[in-house]
Amino acid sequence: MLEVEDLHVEFRTRDGVARVLNGVSYHVSAGETLAVLGESGSGKSVTAQAIMGILDTPPAHVTRGSVRFHGEELLTASPERRRAVRAEGVAMIFQDALSALNPVFTVGFQIEEQLRLRRGMSRAQARARAVELLDLVRIPAARQRVREYPHQFSGGMRQRAMIAMALALDPEVLIADEPTTALDVTVQAQIMDLLAEIQRERRMGLVLITHDLGVVAEVADRIVVMYAGRIVEQADAVSLFRAPGHPYTAALMRSLPRLDSKGTALETIRGLPPSLLRIPPGCPFHPRCPRAQGVCVTHVPPDVRLGLGRTSACHFAEGVVGGGGVGG
Amino acid sequence: MTDQVAALVAERPRGLFGDAWHALRRRPLFWVSVSLILLVLLMAAFPGLFSSGDPNAADLSRSRGAPSSAAWFGYDNQGYDIYTRVVHGARASIVVGLLATAGVVLVGATIGMLAGFYGGWLDAVVSRIADVFVGVPFVLGAIVILTTLNAGGDAGPVRIVAQVVLSISVLSWPVAMRIMRSTAIAAKQQDYVKAARALGASSGRIIGKHMLPNCVAPVLVYSTIALGAFIGAEATLSYLGIGLRQPVVSWGVMINSAKDYLRVAPHALLFPAGFLTATVLAFVMLGDAVREALDPKLR
Amino acid sequence: MEGASVAELLEVRDLVKHFPVTRGVAFRRTVGHVRAVDGVSFSLRAGETLGVVGESGCGKSTLAQVLMRLEPPTSGTALFEGEPMFSLRGAALRRWRRDMQIVLQDPYTSLNPRMTVGDIVGEPFEIHPEVAPRGSRAGRVRELLDVVGLNPEHLNRYPHQFSGGQRQRIGIARALALRPKVIVCDEPVSALDVSIQAQVMNLLAELQGEFGLAYIFIAHDLSVVRHLSDRVAVMYLGKIVEIGTEEEIYRHPTHPYTQALLSAVPVADPALRGRRDVIRLTGDVPSPVDPPSGCRFRTRCWKARDVCATDEPALVTRVGNHPSACHFAEERHVVP
Repeated sequence: MLEVEDLHVEFRTRDGVARVLNGVSYHVSAGETLAVLGESGSGKSVTAQAIMGILDTPPAHVTRGSVRFHGEELLTASPERRRAVRAEGVAMIFQDALSALNPVFTVGFQIEEQLRLRRGMSRAQARARAVELLDLVRIPAARQRVREYPHQFSGGMRQRAMIAMALALDPEVLIADEPTTALDVTVQAQIMDLLAEIQRERRMGLVLITHDLGVVAEVADRIVVMYAGRIVEQADAVSLFRAPGHPYTAALMRSLPRLDSKGTALETIRGLPPSLLRIPPGCPFHPRCPRAQGVCVTHVPPDVRLGLGRTSACHFAEGVVGGGGVGG
Repeated sequence: MTDQVAALVAERPRGLFGDAWHALRRRPLFWVSVSLILLVLLMAAFPGLFSSGDPNAADLSRSRGAPSSAAWFGYDNQGYDIYTRVVHGARASIVVGLLATAGVVLVGATIGMLAGFYGGWLDAVVSRIADVFVGVPFVLGAIVILTTLNAGGDAGPVRIVAQVVLSISVLSWPVAMRIMRSTAIAAKQQDYVKAARALGASSGRIIGKHMLPNCVAPVLVYSTIALGAFIGAEATLSYLGIGLRQPVVSWGVMINSAKDYLRVAPHALLFPAGFLTATVLAFVMLGDAVREALDPKLR
Repeated sequence: MEGASVAELLEVRDLVKHFPVTRGVAFRRTVGHVRAVDGVSFSLRAGETLGVVGESGCGKSTLAQVLMRLEPPTSGTALFEGEPMFSLRGAALRRWRRDMQIVLQDPYTSLNPRMTVGDIVGEPFEIHPEVAPRGSRAGRVRELLDVVGLNPEHLNRYPHQFSGGQRQRIGIARALALRPKVIVCDEPVSALDVSIQAQVMNLLAELQGEFGLAYIFIAHDLSVVRHLSDRVAVMYLGKIVEIGTEEEIYRHPTHPYTQALLSAVPVADPALRGRRDVIRLTGDVPSPVDPPSGCRFRTRCWKARDVCATDEPALVTRVGNHPSACHFAEERHVVP
């Protein structure tokens, strides 16, 4: 339904050109949850912003690639067409609901505005629909709260209001950029349940951008793992957690403290993520990789197929997934 | 996210001032204002470089003479050479501007830092006093102060300058105080200040080592713009006849004496007013450029 | 359990910190109090780690501020090696500061951007010149940087030239400089990426062994707290609702809030999806300005009965071996 293919994005800064995305491809279908997993600077949010057409240009420039929605190219579409798709086809919610909502309008007004503009609803119709939507995202006393301002909502409630706003025009795909990162764990659980339920009911495609392996494990159908502007691994959730196919994913999992045991020293990934101004040649992960060989320095690894719908951008993918070596 | 990318992208990091300098260097506006300011400063310090004439040599026979090759800017009503007086007038204007700025910034910033750091009743008292001063219209306040100080009659040039500097300082310190106070309050809540307090650092050490270096930027920007504004204020007061006056030569004094002959000798007003405007503008532009360079969000 | 004995390094009793809520600019009047910390007692032994977990607004960070004497307590006492530490003044206070240090959460604001790393890590020696004679300080700073895994040659660099994880190491080196007995760690890894977080956690664990440090480790991430802690206190709205060993809290939680908190943590294993004991709380944490009467958790608790609104449950052992502040405490296994 929504496809990203070979997307390249550069940030042109005064210190040089940062290659933020270097050939990112993924797709999401109706009723599917795709998790985009990565650390800061991996390019996971930039990809989403490129899809939505909300990258700040300059400094960002899309240099290559394609974003298609139902086969229609969006990158070259007219601004009006993009706005239409943004409103009704692909919606997005953000980490920081407070800054995503306009503080000077009531929550109800912000939902109603789109309904009146895009659906030609009357004031009364739009108000009724807004109350329905707030109800849907389980905001208690929706009839009263529709008249309140964003700052009168708690963090969890704001996130719900933003979800209601994103759902107003029945989008087919929802992109959620770290939707629960700013929330407490009990509220995070509520919001994730809500998103999963809405998605199931509406057979919506959900792109969940996060750095949290736990959240990914709980809701994702498929997972793409990003590192330094590339997708290093792509797999269904169960197989990825059972046997990661890329050394980066494997190391990430082992560096996570566990809830179910105290454990001993954590395994760490040595060094730091690369500067996007100077991405290492060959495999971008090679300076930090315990398996790196000569070929990793000289050749960019291809996407190695590891079974149905599973790829890993590692020269030694079969060995990694087989669990050989690396103390796995 | 974009911020995070930007952070990763920031490869060659510099200090705040290094960064600011880097940004400033590329702005033509900065260079224009700096050259203008340097020129005026040079005039103020070494008027002899620009004019060999005597600013107090009056010759009524030349009264209101138009600009010519002998006198580039012409002569005024009293027959003074306007070019020579413009050059010599820079000194008084600059001195008043510099001293007033120094006074305002020293007093205002010190009080603001203490109020912001200690808070509580000190802050409440100081802030209310500042409000009172802000409530006084500048010109009215200056008239009251200067006429009171001058009740005795004639004063020498040093005393006149000191009086004008004092009146500007008294009326303007609350601005610098408020700027410093709000930056100090923000800095006080920074984690590095908490860490220093946890180490047992004294208040003096926290103010001097941790807060001051992180709080100077906004006051620095303000002082650049204020310098221009105070030169303008000096002219305003002199024009009204309560600021600098004979025997002191300043642009304001010149404008004052030219105002009555505007129709017959417009050049007598035009030249000092032009220098005044250019100088004020140069400081304001410099302040603007520095502010933008110091504030990464505006870059 | 809470008996005052000399073996305890730190003994906190009934600690309360209320912040006045004021209205008005010219004439401030107090309209209420944020009960950030409202009667907290615990003890800390030398060399152990006490984890403090809770959601935002539970008072865990205020607790750190008060323990570091960055904020005066409203009431309550704390004995440090048997000495009441809130009444220390002058030289005694300075001496005590050497024993207790803090590592703060945000690696970007906790280091003065205008000071070099050498000055930052060396500042403790300038404030406490008796610890290291002037001549030996540069050497001590290099040593400290080495201990926390930084290149000692980077002494003259500024904080912004380092990554988040490295900056956190600088903050740790500063806290370590005076050889404290206790370090309060206020969310030291929550601003870091996963791969960096593990490095800093390992460092903290190593340093504890090497220097015999006791940690008060404050965090909202339950997995992080379990990994580093010997004992764990769970806070909710200014109070400790349950306290016990890491095993007791994570394996045998008895307070409904602890159980809900643990069950809400996503587990990185898709195979467990739908097979876990899931407790979902409704609503948000109430305001600490006007907390519920009786048990503070009752407004979100599925077990709440009339008694919960009237009688505040004491933090005592009702079932199992550790105290829990619930009238109806019972064990429930929620961590797979």
